[in-house]
Amino acid sequence: MSGIIDMVLASIRAKVPAANATVRTNPGPSGQDSLMVAPESVADVMRVIHDEHGFDFLSNVTGVDWPDPALAEKVAVIAEGDADAEGDAKADGEETPAECGFLEVVYHLYHTSERKGPLVVRSRTKDRGEGAKIASVVSVYKSAEFQEREIYDLYGVIFTGHPDLRRILMWDEFVDHPMRKDYVAPDDYEYEPTPHAAVIEKAAQHYPAPDAD
Amino acid sequence: MAIDQKLADDLKSQGVHVTSFEQLINWGRSSSLWPLQFGLACCAIEMIAATMAKYDMARFGAEVFRPSPRQADLMIVAGTVTKKMAPQVVRLYNQMAEPKYVLAMGACAISGGPFKEGYNVLKGVDRYIPVDIVVPGCPPRPEALLDGLIALQKKVKGEKLIGKDRVRHADPNGMAEMPVPEYGPHDLQPPMNPEVWKPKAKIRKEGEA
Repeated sequence: MSGIIDMVLASIRAKVPAANATVRTNPGPSGQDSLMVAPESVADVMRVIHDEHGFDFLSNVTGVDWPDPALAEKVAVIAEGDADAEGDAKADGEETPAECGFLEVVYHLYHTSERKGPLVVRSRTKDRGEGAKIASVVSVYKSAEFQEREIYDLYGVIFTGHPDLRRILMWDEFVDHPMRKDYVAPDDYEYEPTPHAAVIEKAAQHYPAPDAD
Repeated sequence: MAIDQKLADDLKSQGVHVTSFEQLINWGRSSSLWPLQFGLACCAIEMIAATMAKYDMARFGAEVFRPSPRQADLMIVAGTVTKKMAPQVVRLYNQMAEPKYVLAMGACAISGGPFKEGYNVLKGVDRYIPVDIVVPGCPPRPEALLDGLIALQKKVKGEKLIGKDRVRHADPNGMAEMPVPEYGPHDLQPPMNPEVWKPKAKIRKEGEA
């Protein structure tokens, strides 16, 4: 696994120095290390990986939201992050809240004839607003077209150079990006009997007790 | 109607069939419910299975799936109604000719099902169109769909066509078209049709706040 990454890394550093490519190690059981590149040179990096290393299959493109530090803390409280989980996150060499506040796009690539892969390529935008831009890889992998549209729809990443960047799942008039952690769903709540604390709290707001007012 | 049932039975044994126009019309309608041919998700596969030889929906006179809403009597909402699809479903309902019936098939069409907590699925098609029969399941088996169809046939056979308690489609003031929701910036506008749907009240247990 690391063999592929090292091989790819050397040629990317030589051919696309602007990509500022680094390897992010994953100490977890999967050991799936990934290649982190600059957002504006993703397409150039993909061209090298495709043409020179023969990775002919882009199986998956997905997004990750790393919210701003203040928001990230709030989300962690909601998820009731215990000390263990926090420790794990730090052991991963992963983001501490101070580094957050951007969107990430993850690409999984395979070499079908030599059965190599997945090669995980990641890229991060500058921020979650105006600067949420990443170079589109549609010119290299046609299969990225719909997946990039989906990420644009659900996360709000602008793919520069995409031939037809429209929403794909939600309607065109929709303005939000539902997979972002700070997305608030429309309040069309309807009571249902459940022991879930958040739902019970919401039910109390929507159906106050008769003697409450 | 005015005919004594015992007298009618006596006459029937003599080879004379006595009926009313209401019974005759309802019998005809209930025996040839033509469904609208469309499916929205996995429930549609069970609906297709119900029409095929093993379950044979044709036994109940409902095998003629029509590709046009103008020729259909029954809308089987088979599957998840996403908010993006909801205006089209309401529009199809509006295009159907009276009398028309709606059968909500499966958990998603009834209430949103497993996607109820999500942002992009309508929490029940009954928010926009009047539903006659609900068939629960995820997805319901073909037998359940046939059971729902038979329940609908019973309902149609009991319809009053004249008088004060006549059915909606026999009433000149009955609402035949439902407003089609618009795509809004965050949700469909309006999020429900208050004419056909109101949020369920919470049933409180003794001493519960």
